[in-house]
Amino acid sequence: MLTLVGLGLWDEKDITLRGLEEVRKADIVYAEFYTSKLVGTNVEALEKLYGRKVVVLERKDLEDESWKIVEEAKSKNVVVLVAGDPGVATTHSSLLLEAKRKGVVTKIVHNASVISAICSVTGLHSYKFGKSATVSYPYKGMVSKTPLKVIKENLSVNAHTLLLLDLNPEPMTIGEAVRIMEKVDDGTLNHFAVGVARIGGDCYVKCDHFYSLPDHDFGEPLHTIVFLSKKLHFTEYEFLREFADAPKELEEFVE
Amino acid sequence: MRAKKMVDKIKELMYKPERIRNMGIVAHIDHGKTTLSDNLLAGAGMISEELAGRQLYLDFDEQERERGITINAASVSMVHEYKGNEYLINLIDTPGHVDFGGEVTRAMRAVDGVIVVVDAVEGVMPQTETVLRQALRENVKPVLFINKVDRLIRELEVTPEEMQKRLLKVITEVNKLIKVMKPEKYNEWKLDVTNGSVAFGSALYNWAVSVPSMKETGVGFKEVYEYLQNDEWKTLAKKSPLHVVVLDMVVRHLPSPIEAQKERIKTIWKGDINSKVGQAMLNCDPNGPVALMITKIVADPHAGEIAVGRLFSGTLKPGMDLYIIDRRAKNRVQTVGLFMGPKRVEVEEVPAGNIVAVVGLRDAAAGSTCTSVEEMEPFESIQHFSEPVVTMAIEAKNPRDLPKLIEVLRKLAKEDPTLHVTLNEETGEHLISGMGELHLEVKVEKIRREYGLEVVTSPPIVVFRETVTTTSPVVEGKSPNKHNRFYIVVEPCPPEVIRVFKEGLIDLKKTDKSTKRKILTEAGLSGEEAAGVQEYFEGNIFVDVTKGLQYLNETMELILEGFRDAMRAGPLAREPCMGLKVKLVDAKLHEDAVHRGPAQVIPAVRSAIFAAMLQAKPTLLEPYQKVFITVPQDMLGNVTRELQGRRGQIIEINTEGDMVTIVAKAPVKEMFGFAGAIRSATSGKAIWSTEFAGFEPVPPNLVEEFIMEVRKRKGLKLEIPKPEDFLS
Repeated sequence: MLTLVGLGLWDEKDITLRGLEEVRKADIVYAEFYTSKLVGTNVEALEKLYGRKVVVLERKDLEDESWKIVEEAKSKNVVVLVAGDPGVATTHSSLLLEAKRKGVVTKIVHNASVISAICSVTGLHSYKFGKSATVSYPYKGMVSKTPLKVIKENLSVNAHTLLLLDLNPEPMTIGEAVRIMEKVDDGTLNHFAVGVARIGGDCYVKCDHFYSLPDHDFGEPLHTIVFLSKKLHFTEYEFLREFADAPKELEEFVE
Repeated sequence: MRAKKMVDKIKELMYKPERIRNMGIVAHIDHGKTTLSDNLLAGAGMISEELAGRQLYLDFDEQERERGITINAASVSMVHEYKGNEYLINLIDTPGHVDFGGEVTRAMRAVDGVIVVVDAVEGVMPQTETVLRQALRENVKPVLFINKVDRLIRELEVTPEEMQKRLLKVITEVNKLIKVMKPEKYNEWKLDVTNGSVAFGSALYNWAVSVPSMKETGVGFKEVYEYLQNDEWKTLAKKSPLHVVVLDMVVRHLPSPIEAQKERIKTIWKGDINSKVGQAMLNCDPNGPVALMITKIVADPHAGEIAVGRLFSGTLKPGMDLYIIDRRAKNRVQTVGLFMGPKRVEVEEVPAGNIVAVVGLRDAAAGSTCTSVEEMEPFESIQHFSEPVVTMAIEAKNPRDLPKLIEVLRKLAKEDPTLHVTLNEETGEHLISGMGELHLEVKVEKIRREYGLEVVTSPPIVVFRETVTTTSPVVEGKSPNKHNRFYIVVEPCPPEVIRVFKEGLIDLKKTDKSTKRKILTEAGLSGEEAAGVQEYFEGNIFVDVTKGLQYLNETMELILEGFRDAMRAGPLAREPCMGLKVKLVDAKLHEDAVHRGPAQVIPAVRSAIFAAMLQAKPTLLEPYQKVFITVPQDMLGNVTRELQGRRGQIIEINTEGDMVTIVAKAPVKEMFGFAGAIRSATSGKAIWSTEFAGFEPVPPNLVEEFIMEVRKRKGLKLEIPKPEDFLS
């Protein structure tokens, strides 16, 4: 059997009781921190709390050699620990698909993900989010225009955009993301956004103009940005004012 | 004293572009090009007349003298008086051996005219055609010097009538070439004895005549015939001296930079002609922005690397900062100067229209564009008509010298872009690839002598090309994360399409859509393919025939990187690919950019291309040489035997007197060591030369053997890969 266990947002203590039971009865425990990271902890701390040896998988093990894990799960109880909620990272859905095709029983133990937690810390309505996008590092000077395009599409239907930031080779900061996006901006980004750091830990949330975000000290990663829609519900505005130190000018966008 | 005076004259004349001629001399090997250069220099007072003809002034590499062929194009400036005015003649010497074709082409960029030298006895030879073609392609105007005319009289003992007939035949042949290659210029450029664009003479014995010179000196063909029959060539040389007649012809018929740049800039530069720099170059404006094209990097023991090139506009001074456009670098000019033989003379500044030697441009390589305009369009990359076909491994005898060897190889590759240096990842040895056995031998000699490095080399190895002979099915390539799919078809590309790109008839970034479509459909692509060509890479094209796929645009550069990766080393034996049309027929891409990054797209595309190639009847191509061998009649059998043992095919056998000339074609792979073999087979009586003859398929019965040979050498698994190996 192949079980994907979500570890939630921050450290080893975020595991669910159900998840912990799966880990304890597994034959082998893998962990994958390529698609997301638990920055509040490390493998030793996981092993200590769970009382099990944890083998960390590289990207290659998860992509090119995923068949090895599936093969192993045919005869053993294999648990793969992942940050957040399994399946949010599309890589995990591929693994589940492959297992299913090869007749291996699969199971998921849920946990919190940034996708939902972002609503909790910003007060933005989950109903009002559009597509999300990742800001990736430029490759040979080429900047992907996809995030900008996604923001535009979302703005056209009055939706917020969750911008995830690239993790590899290093977790990207809000300041870097703004500078990268600036290179392809056609004027779209002249609006307000919310920067969020270390969600699930000592979370810091700050609302400001998109290009003013780098002026604030967000501290250590992981960082995330929500690019706001052009119309806010009044409760969204109030929440941002109280919890994210939103500037006064944001008020004019309240419906 | 004399040299000093000469420098002053040159310094003065370099400011008068209408009195400058930038020219080259081209010829088939041994037709007397270097002797002509030397005697022109001697006549112009650059070297002593007694020495010229013996010392081969331009061949200043010690090695070059020993081999008796000019290997590196060097530049010299000299002064010539014509009708009461002094002219500055910048002469670039070009190598004649086919192995050095890259340098010939590069030198053509810097000159506005050429003297084509043809041996009166041998006539127009294959190499004459090749170099003349290169000149005409670069829009360089030719004049003709028919050399060794004395041989006609003294060796062949022809009659005066027959002599004239033979000379006319040479002119007609050269004109035929001009007409075919440059029909639009034919009327203007046609060589004509009566207007003096042709001269006859002997470079070695220092005399020449032309119709205009006959009028002045009274020495005509009849007199020439008499002097030569009486062995009075010294008198002849005094009455009608070579340098006067030939340099008069140069001044009269070859264009000044002012005239030439008006015509040539459009051929060698594809930027906006109405821009500031475009206009400055068109007008050879010394006050415009600096636009310099480097044609050669020379290593100097004292000054280090010297960049030699043609200054098309602006004035070069020490202390200037120049952008090296193709290297995205900025360098400061330390000194500027001119060449006189091997000597470089520093001057305060050099204005537009001259050939200049610059110290300080450490990032520049042969072919670089150096300019004061940060965003200037570079001169189009220089096209080489020969591609590297031979490789050898090289290592330092003493492992301690390895860092030095790496440094030297880097330098050599920079001086000569046709020399490729690569590292064999499996074995850690360095590989040098070039255009022939001789080309590599010369470089290795240079490493030994000039850099004092003891090196060990492997025997030369031929570089094959991988290609396909039919159309593959649609192959699906998946990215490692399995979220992206690329659907690819590989098939043979029409040779005409490859030619269009190779000759630069199309620039994918600049040629407008309808012209591109017209040229490519005429060359054999469908309309859909013609519109979708994304890239030409080393004899292969990539075509996108998908319609309206989201995100494909920003993924295209990664897809092309996968394509180039695959073309650099194919699936059969990791040899370069050639003649392929790779078509993207569909793709499925992940919504999010981070899931379709380089680590996903490049391997997916590469594997799909490999799997497709393996299903399209792949095979190997190998380089061929044309071989020209002249031997006494009775040795014909020995020569044909030697050729047949090397998979050679005899194309032509021509008899002249008791000599016979065999023209044959043979694979380069079998021609290694031919020099020694033919010498012993003919007791050293054979005169021979070779010419690159393109790639041809390896005979089917040898393909597998050759693949395994290469795989073994590269440490690859000793089996031919299967499509499944590249699909997961």
